[in-house]
Amino acid sequence: MTDKALSIDHVLKDRGKTRVLDDITLSLAPGQRVALLGHNGAGKSTLIKTILGLTSIHGGAIRIGDATPGSAQARRETAYLPEAVSFHPALTGREQLTLFAKLSGAKADVPGLLERVGLSDALDRRIGAYSKGMRQRLGLAQVLLGQPKVALLDEPTSGLDPISRQDLYAIIDELAGQGTAVLIASHALTEVEARTDRIAIMRKGRMVADDTLTNLSALAGLPIRLKVRASANPDELAAELGGNRINGTSVELLCTPEDKMEALRRVAGLGDAVADVEMTPPKLEDLYRHYAQEDLQ
Amino acid sequence: MTRFLAITRTEMLILRRNRWLLVATLIMVLFALALTFAGSAPTGTLGVDMLTVSVASMTTLSVYLAPLLALMIAFDAIAGDVDRGSLSLLLSYPAGRGEILLGKFTAHLAALAFAMTIGFGTAGAVAAFFGGAGPESLMALVRLILTSILLGAVFLALGYLLSALARGATAAAGLSAGLWLVFVVLYDLGLLGAVVMDKGGTFTQSVFPWVMVANPADAFRLWNIAATEGVAMASGMTGAAQALPVWAAPASLLIWPVIGFALARAAFRRVEP
Repeated sequence: MTDKALSIDHVLKDRGKTRVLDDITLSLAPGQRVALLGHNGAGKSTLIKTILGLTSIHGGAIRIGDATPGSAQARRETAYLPEAVSFHPALTGREQLTLFAKLSGAKADVPGLLERVGLSDALDRRIGAYSKGMRQRLGLAQVLLGQPKVALLDEPTSGLDPISRQDLYAIIDELAGQGTAVLIASHALTEVEARTDRIAIMRKGRMVADDTLTNLSALAGLPIRLKVRASANPDELAAELGGNRINGTSVELLCTPEDKMEALRRVAGLGDAVADVEMTPPKLEDLYRHYAQEDLQ
Repeated sequence: MTRFLAITRTEMLILRRNRWLLVATLIMVLFALALTFAGSAPTGTLGVDMLTVSVASMTTLSVYLAPLLALMIAFDAIAGDVDRGSLSLLLSYPAGRGEILLGKFTAHLAALAFAMTIGFGTAGAVAAFFGGAGPESLMALVRLILTSILLGAVFLALGYLLSALARGATAAAGLSAGLWLVFVVLYDLGLLGAVVMDKGGTFTQSVFPWVMVANPADAFRLWNIAATEGVAMASGMTGAAQALPVWAAPASLLIWPVIGFALARAAFRRVEP
């Protein structure tokens, strides 16, 4: 019926008098990786819980493939990694994952999965003795059970060291490669930037942006930063180019993507007066600040 | 249908691993043995064998201990998973909430049954060895073990109910202690007070036995006492038992687990992890 792995359509949710989800619309195609960004309390985790059917919505509709959230089919087709997940400390990693495999009904190679997430040494150790990062890896292993249509990862990189993060994104790519739509709620902007196909930003329960990074940059009209280092007299250079002096030797210019080449030509035209030029396109952090912190009208 | 068995297996593993099973069984054996030896004095005067007296003592013990042990496992069943943040993950799997609860219940009940059987069985065997036993007193022992497991089932279910209603495992533990106090201690004290005030009036004659049997802990006591003459004599509690039809206590003790489980399931359904 539908070619979307996950579609969220004008969803509303109230908690008491506050509207925690306000007209949220978002859809993921199979194999797409979408980053869901927003401050704490913006509604990211709540949105994920509505997709899982763990909490009710008061308007709109959510579909996982053709199934409604919380239905047996939807639960079979969804994988979930909760934020800062923990398990019963008395169980071993193997026992915990075996339970999940049996609950999911999928034939699973439990030791293989644990090896995939780098836990083969801790297979038969109690989870109580695991570090936070190891618990997170165990949580990730259960995401790989079966072949989920949709994977919902809530802050998957929290507690992971940089190398584990690389592994995590490799696993996410693998999931996407087998056709799983992956929604990643995250704070780690720089990682998400390179590793996702699309970026959705939530603010106070509303979806304020949902597009590719390039399109979002263009829409936001954020300036490109040119940092020009003078070889001798920065004041003269500043007067010439019309930028701001930012330290003893450099001048900063802000220009739109369209004016970028023109500005570079002017800098090049100054000849020996310029020692170096550094160009910084707007980063996800700038974009995030633009979309997530914009004052509410 | 095998999904609840997967939960059962895991829960059994947890009870074994965290030594709950060992500790509970030890407690049962020690208390039952202590009561059997301490309570062996009246054998001669009452003209019953030692096992009968032992069962009477252990009935009193079980009224306190079975609910306590059951609540000790049950309070953490839902609230603990909420605290750990693993409930939302568990609920994202295809197993339904009823299945999850049933899986835990099966494991916990099996553990209780194990502790009860070993505890009362050991004490019963010792009593029979030193002071003799007959078919009737053996029946009383078997009845004690089975009804203790039923009483445990009631309080497991009530424990799950509290665990689903409480905010966090610590609150659930507190509520469970309160529940135990009400059902096992305060309820009887209240009834006792009412009977004293009533001075043998209509309340004492017709209402009191029914109010009493409505409490599963008292129903447990009445069932064990009413069924064996010797036990009734040894415990000195024949009056209330005779005022009720035979089926009243068994009915109460059999209906309570069902009601408790239904309530727990309804409360669990409303939990938003």
